[in-house]
Amino acid sequence: MATTDLRTGSLERHGLSDEQLRDMFRNMLLQRQLDNRGFQLNRQGKVPFALGSEGHEALQAGAAMAFHRGHDILAPYYRDLGLCLGIGLSPFEILLSIFARADDHNGGRQFPNHYSSKAAGLMSFSSILAAHLPHAVGAAYAIKYRGETGRAVLATCGDGTTSEGEWHESMNFAAVHKLPFVMLVENNEWAISTPLDKQMAQPEIWKRAAGYGMPGRRFNGFDPIQTYVAVKEAMDRARAGEGPTLVEGTCYRYLAHSTDDNDLTYRTREAVQERRKDDPVPAFEALLLEHGIVTADGVAAMRQDVLRETNEATDAAEALPYPEPADLYKHVYEGAWEPWQS
Amino acid sequence: MAVVSSTNSTVMNNVEAVRATLYEAMKNDERTVILGEDVGARGNVFLITKDFIGEFGERRVIDTPIAEASIVGIAVGMAMEGLRPIAEIQFADFIYPSFNQIVGEAAKIRYRSNGEYTCPLVIRTPYGGGVRGALSHSVSIEALFYHVPGLKIVAPAFPDDVKGLLNAAIDDPDPVLFLEHKKTYRLIKGEVPDGHYTIPLGKANIRKAGTQLTVVSYGLYLHWALEAAERLAQEGLSVEVLDLRSIRPMDKTAILNSVEKTRKLLIVHEDNKFGGIGAEISAMVAEEALFSLDAPIRRLCGPDVPSMGYALPLEEEFMSSPAEMADAMRAMVKF
Amino acid sequence: MATTITMPQLGETVTEGTVAQWLKSVGDSVDKYEDFVEVSTDKVNAGVPSPVTGTIRELLVKEGETVATGTPIAVIDEVGAASAPAPAPPATSAAAAAPAPRAAQPSPSAPSPNGSPAPAASAVSELELEGALRGASPAVRRLAREHRIDIRAIKGSGSNGRVTADDVLAAARTGAPTPHAPAAAAAATVPPGTRTSTYAQPIPGTSISLVQARKIIAERMVESKHTAPHAWSMVQIDVTNVWKWRAREKDRFERETGYKLTLLPFFIRAVVESLAAFPLMNARFVPATAGGPPSIYVNDEVNIGIAIGLPANLVVPVVRGADKLSIKGLAVKGGELIDRARKNKLGVDDLAGGTFTVNNNGANGSWASAPIINGGQAGIVTMETVLKTVVVRDDDSLAIRSMMNSCLSLDHRVVDGYVASGFLAELKRRLEAMGPQGDL
Repeated sequence: MATTDLRTGSLERHGLSDEQLRDMFRNMLLQRQLDNRGFQLNRQGKVPFALGSEGHEALQAGAAMAFHRGHDILAPYYRDLGLCLGIGLSPFEILLSIFARADDHNGGRQFPNHYSSKAAGLMSFSSILAAHLPHAVGAAYAIKYRGETGRAVLATCGDGTTSEGEWHESMNFAAVHKLPFVMLVENNEWAISTPLDKQMAQPEIWKRAAGYGMPGRRFNGFDPIQTYVAVKEAMDRARAGEGPTLVEGTCYRYLAHSTDDNDLTYRTREAVQERRKDDPVPAFEALLLEHGIVTADGVAAMRQDVLRETNEATDAAEALPYPEPADLYKHVYEGAWEPWQS
Repeated sequence: MAVVSSTNSTVMNNVEAVRATLYEAMKNDERTVILGEDVGARGNVFLITKDFIGEFGERRVIDTPIAEASIVGIAVGMAMEGLRPIAEIQFADFIYPSFNQIVGEAAKIRYRSNGEYTCPLVIRTPYGGGVRGALSHSVSIEALFYHVPGLKIVAPAFPDDVKGLLNAAIDDPDPVLFLEHKKTYRLIKGEVPDGHYTIPLGKANIRKAGTQLTVVSYGLYLHWALEAAERLAQEGLSVEVLDLRSIRPMDKTAILNSVEKTRKLLIVHEDNKFGGIGAEISAMVAEEALFSLDAPIRRLCGPDVPSMGYALPLEEEFMSSPAEMADAMRAMVKF
Repeated sequence: MATTITMPQLGETVTEGTVAQWLKSVGDSVDKYEDFVEVSTDKVNAGVPSPVTGTIRELLVKEGETVATGTPIAVIDEVGAASAPAPAPPATSAAAAAPAPRAAQPSPSAPSPNGSPAPAASAVSELELEGALRGASPAVRRLAREHRIDIRAIKGSGSNGRVTADDVLAAARTGAPTPHAPAAAAAATVPPGTRTSTYAQPIPGTSISLVQARKIIAERMVESKHTAPHAWSMVQIDVTNVWKWRAREKDRFERETGYKLTLLPFFIRAVVESLAAFPLMNARFVPATAGGPPSIYVNDEVNIGIAIGLPANLVVPVVRGADKLSIKGLAVKGGELIDRARKNKLGVDDLAGGTFTVNNNGANGSWASAPIINGGQAGIVTMETVLKTVVVRDDDSLAIRSMMNSCLSLDHRVVDGYVASGFLAELKRRLEAMGPQGDL
């Protein structure tokens, strides 16, 4: 396919308007700002935990652009801040999750980054990797079973998750039943501390698709437009009833796994710095500037606006109350609950 | 001639009761799908879904790959997305690969999403021994799961309860583990009322009233306990036999009422004793009714070994018997 | 650590209690839950169990002395927690707390219904007790405590002679020995040659010191008659059919339960059904307080007191939840309470919480009576004697029927004649509809 080359500055729009391109860029800026905010709040002692997606911005902004709000279902994993923003979650909702406030979709029960919103088509998931993939496949089965067209399930995971048995089981079932299902692997080369070569002997994950009897492809996940094109093509196929696709976007995890991880124990600062040269956020900014889609003032204003929105969301969320202790006992089952029936 | 269907009943065994109930559920609700290993063309290894695929089609009666984690996991996704799946694990012994999907996912979906998502799912599985099933076709699994808030667990013994409780499980808005003792499948027959009815989850049933000892059991052992209690009745000893039917939630009131009447409690189950269902019942009774007890609580349960062996003596040694139960009951009545 | 024990509130309306008997002396050891004092209150003598295991340091109230609930009555040094583990109490506190010498004080003013004290348990008997109690199940211990039965005195029917719960219940029915042998001790309290008049043995020309129970009866009767304006009504009830029903069932009933089947449970059943139709009869008047105006509280429970006259006393044990009991259930429960009342074994709980009272006054031939309402209730109804009477029936024929009068005293603050006569008519209708056969 015709590709964008962020280094040479060539731009193939693939039908994306200036506004869509600016939206993708703003999403990327917002991701980085919110990631940073989570870490800042952690260092201020205001929240116990944060986990960032730096390096995944382009991939997620591009993939989100291929998601049809109100139709598609997203089954993400915990490093999908940008995807969740891109399908409609607001910074305020993200901050509610970070602060574990009562008004959070999960009522402050889940770790940050474990977003869910039934209204947005965002499936609830746990921290157990690949456990969400059978759910995504089941949801895809329900879509097909009801004969609904124009809908598909976009499931995501990192490279680490592709080692799980349920990853395989899900791919296999989706292929057998030709389900409207897209498996998007965000390959950032690290399973916490375990590099790719310790995870798999054959490092091109997309090639496994052939083994399941479905199409597979790989793209540069630092390029939001390439990502958009690959994911859109797969989703369109799924929505048209032509079955599942495996798409693999390559990217890099710039931050440690989480605020509880020191990545210098398993990789050097220099190695990470080397990969920073490919950082998708300044690269996409340069591309948009070069093609006149944004101006330097416009970018500065956009950054100011993203910071303002993040600050306002932070203050608003922080001001809200925690769940009540009594909320611990709600929603175990429907209605009142007692293990001992009386 | 007018027929009042609700007063009619049909004699069936437990397999037929499961089958008839599943059939009605498939008939009545288009959202219902059955998925599992060999449930389609084979009609399930016990012929529970025999001919279903012909009537309901392979999109509703799904022969899955041999992959238990995703059988449950896919059913969870279906349930989250509005279907009413009934997943089958071919033998309870095979449920271990799906442990996370049941405990880590299904049981927590309502809770972790603060009620936004729900998981109305039934997982059916045949369990239990006495059928020369060896290590991996004989186990009881209830104690592994009854620790888990968010799950409900049902283990009926009689065909009428099978129907009423399976209907309730299918209607239930939360995940239910439905345990069918495979030795009772064809052994136990009984009247099953025609027409649709449900039996509430969490309600025990006094299958035999008595005054001198309360025996709490479920599944196959419930039948053996009834047989033993009948023997004691001929000796003039009066034993009350309580069929738990539901393991989570469990019927505290029924247990306490009976114990307060008889003052003695024997718990009988096939699953291992250590950390088993009887342990929780014992603890509850000790907490709530110690001063009604006129004898130490006793548990007659499976031994502390991984499973029963294939060789007949190894199976027989594992399993209790009506005679052994009668001895235990007699000793407690006369204590 | 020293634990101060206060006068317990034995019963919901009780405000004071009398130390009837110390079961322990200063320096005695006492086990947790072991009774160490008997307290006499509103018609009951109750043993009070120690909350701790330890040694009696001080007894602060003399036998026969009445103190308000909550008043400290004893101090116990808790075992293990004490800084000085020596069993002998400090001399100062021993002197301060020296109890009234038991033998030297005839104390006719405060004999308990159970008679006077057996010697406090010695160390040896404590050991024996422990031995005998080994193997007694929680249920047996509880029942023995409730029925004031000495487990050591029962022959066990369980394995290895173990005393079973049923053994205790059987002993309670037949009157087994209580932990503190009453009769023999009672004689010993009265020094020979002293002529003391008692309620049970009144001597002309002497005054009778009132025991606690009689004091309370006197106070309560005056209080009720002065505060509740009594009104009175009577109805005549044809009990021929219910009488036949009783006759048909009584032998079998006695064989099965060990209790006699009287007319009382049939009558109570009719009363509770009539109370359900006239809930105002199951109410009480709540006077104005600083906190609010007067009101009438309609009870949600139906707890029927049964007035039982004893030689020296009157007790009104309560059948709780009487509306939930069948005639058979009422007969058993009533029989049990009457039995316990006659053996002086009613507990505090047996006497508390009545909402309406039935008085079987006819046993000695009374044909009509004007009972005094039990304080805090709206009415009391009597069963008078059953008389065979010639009656003129509706069709003017003559018939011999068994007739019984039933008299009602009512608190006119709570109900008027309209409700009261409606209640009596309902009672008559229901009792006349019972029998001559049916399911108890």
